[in-house]
Amino acid sequence: MGTHCPKCDEYYYPPRAICPNCRRAAKMEDYRFDGKGTVVTFTTIYNATDDFKRQTPYNLAIIELDEGPRLTGQVICTPEEIEIGMRVKPAFRILGKDGERGIIYYGTKFVPAEGSV
Amino acid sequence: MRSVSIIGAGCTRFGERWDDSLRDLVVETGIRALEDANVSGEEIDGLYVGNMSGGRFVEQEHIGALICDCAGLSRLHVPSTRVEAACASGGLALRQGVLAVASGYSDVVIAAGVEKMTDVTGGVAADALAAAADREWECFFGATFPALYAMIARLHMHRYGTTREDLAEVAVKNHFNGSKNPISQYQMEVTVDKVLNSPLVSDPLRVLDCSPITDGASAVVLAPTEEAKKYTDSPIRILASAQGSDTLALHDRRDITTLDASVFAARRAFSMAGLEPKEVDLAEVHDAFTIGEIVAIEDLGFFDKGDGGRATREGLTAIGGEIPINTSGGLKACGHPVGATGIKQAYEMVLQLRGEAGKRQVEGAKVGLTHNVGGCGGTAIVHIMSR
Repeated sequence: MGTHCPKCDEYYYPPRAICPNCRRAAKMEDYRFDGKGTVVTFTTIYNATDDFKRQTPYNLAIIELDEGPRLTGQVICTPEEIEIGMRVKPAFRILGKDGERGIIYYGTKFVPAEGSV
Repeated sequence: MRSVSIIGAGCTRFGERWDDSLRDLVVETGIRALEDANVSGEEIDGLYVGNMSGGRFVEQEHIGALICDCAGLSRLHVPSTRVEAACASGGLALRQGVLAVASGYSDVVIAAGVEKMTDVTGGVAADALAAAADREWECFFGATFPALYAMIARLHMHRYGTTREDLAEVAVKNHFNGSKNPISQYQMEVTVDKVLNSPLVSDPLRVLDCSPITDGASAVVLAPTEEAKKYTDSPIRILASAQGSDTLALHDRRDITTLDASVFAARRAFSMAGLEPKEVDLAEVHDAFTIGEIVAIEDLGFFDKGDGGRATREGLTAIGGEIPINTSGGLKACGHPVGATGIKQAYEMVLQLRGEAGKRQVEGAKVGLTHNVGGCGGTAIVHIMSR
């Protein structure tokens, strides 16, 4: 869920309470992104922090959503498959957990738009 | 506003200093800087210390008071302030010191930086450093610091034709310079082949593209220029001190391959100093990763956008080249104790401008620039100085 400024017609993710363009000129409205976007740049991580060690190697990318905002997220495919300009769509996945018995964190990762979720 | 000069500088050897605590490092560098400046405790009326993460690395906060205490200045109650801007903490401490003296609030000020990083494991250190990125919107999804710079590198290569070898050339040059610097963490040279065959950290960046985990401290002493000659025959004048900010997250930037904070700070600094980039004789820039140096020499105005790789490949940034970059060995080879780096850059510039840089001396160096970046460009600090 993000926000949309009706005056500037700009979309924001993460959501903003105030539009940085017009500031308080318009009231922001909620907007649900469908999450499709394009890979702007990417890397494959071989050496991660302790929380992500078990997932290496994994792809991380900056993705530009079709409405304009950019975000950082993992792309689930092989290092050979990912490329700049690749189309992706969101997938709800486990991001991590606090040890064997702790809380499991869920969130958005991305998969190639042509592949299966 | 008063003109400000550096009247003394000191630095510890950078490296894995297993036998020395954060306190030991501070005392070592402090004594060197004060002796170099010929000042005693009574004259000091301000202290700024850059430190990124004492809390994570040695479980010690309140570094301002600690440093004052270690320096033997606590009974004089000298005001001491810790400054934090991630890897730009040192540069920011220098800037705070300059502002204090320039404003007239203080006369003789120490600007120092310190980081003790080897008391924790690599994973903990990586996570502490990742706190300089956007914890909620980058790190939560698995971003690391090398990963963010790797994404800058990937797009720079895609857009401008910068090659994997160009990145390696930065490491080769900086290791060569570092091998001539007695305080440098790495005293060995590397070859392009060695860089290209080192383990992948975050593709396309490899181990030898990354600055190391380092212990170290550095300090400079500042005074009004009009009084500087009282202390030293060779004061180094600060011609400009500038700072820029940008979004914390890399993905929110106007352009992924440009650090606009650096562009902003550099333009401001050049305008304050009344100089053009081509009038600078040498620079210490923030090469936490090899791509960082290529982007920096473009953003600072030494080369056109996209031309940093070619300039490096052709040797224009080597000692003896058009504009020598990172004569100290840079963060890459000299080491990167994050809070100390910005001050070490000033220390190297003091040596160069005094003509005391030994085997790595840039002949006839008159004007130098230092460039310190926090995170992957959320903060940038630029200083220009001259003899």
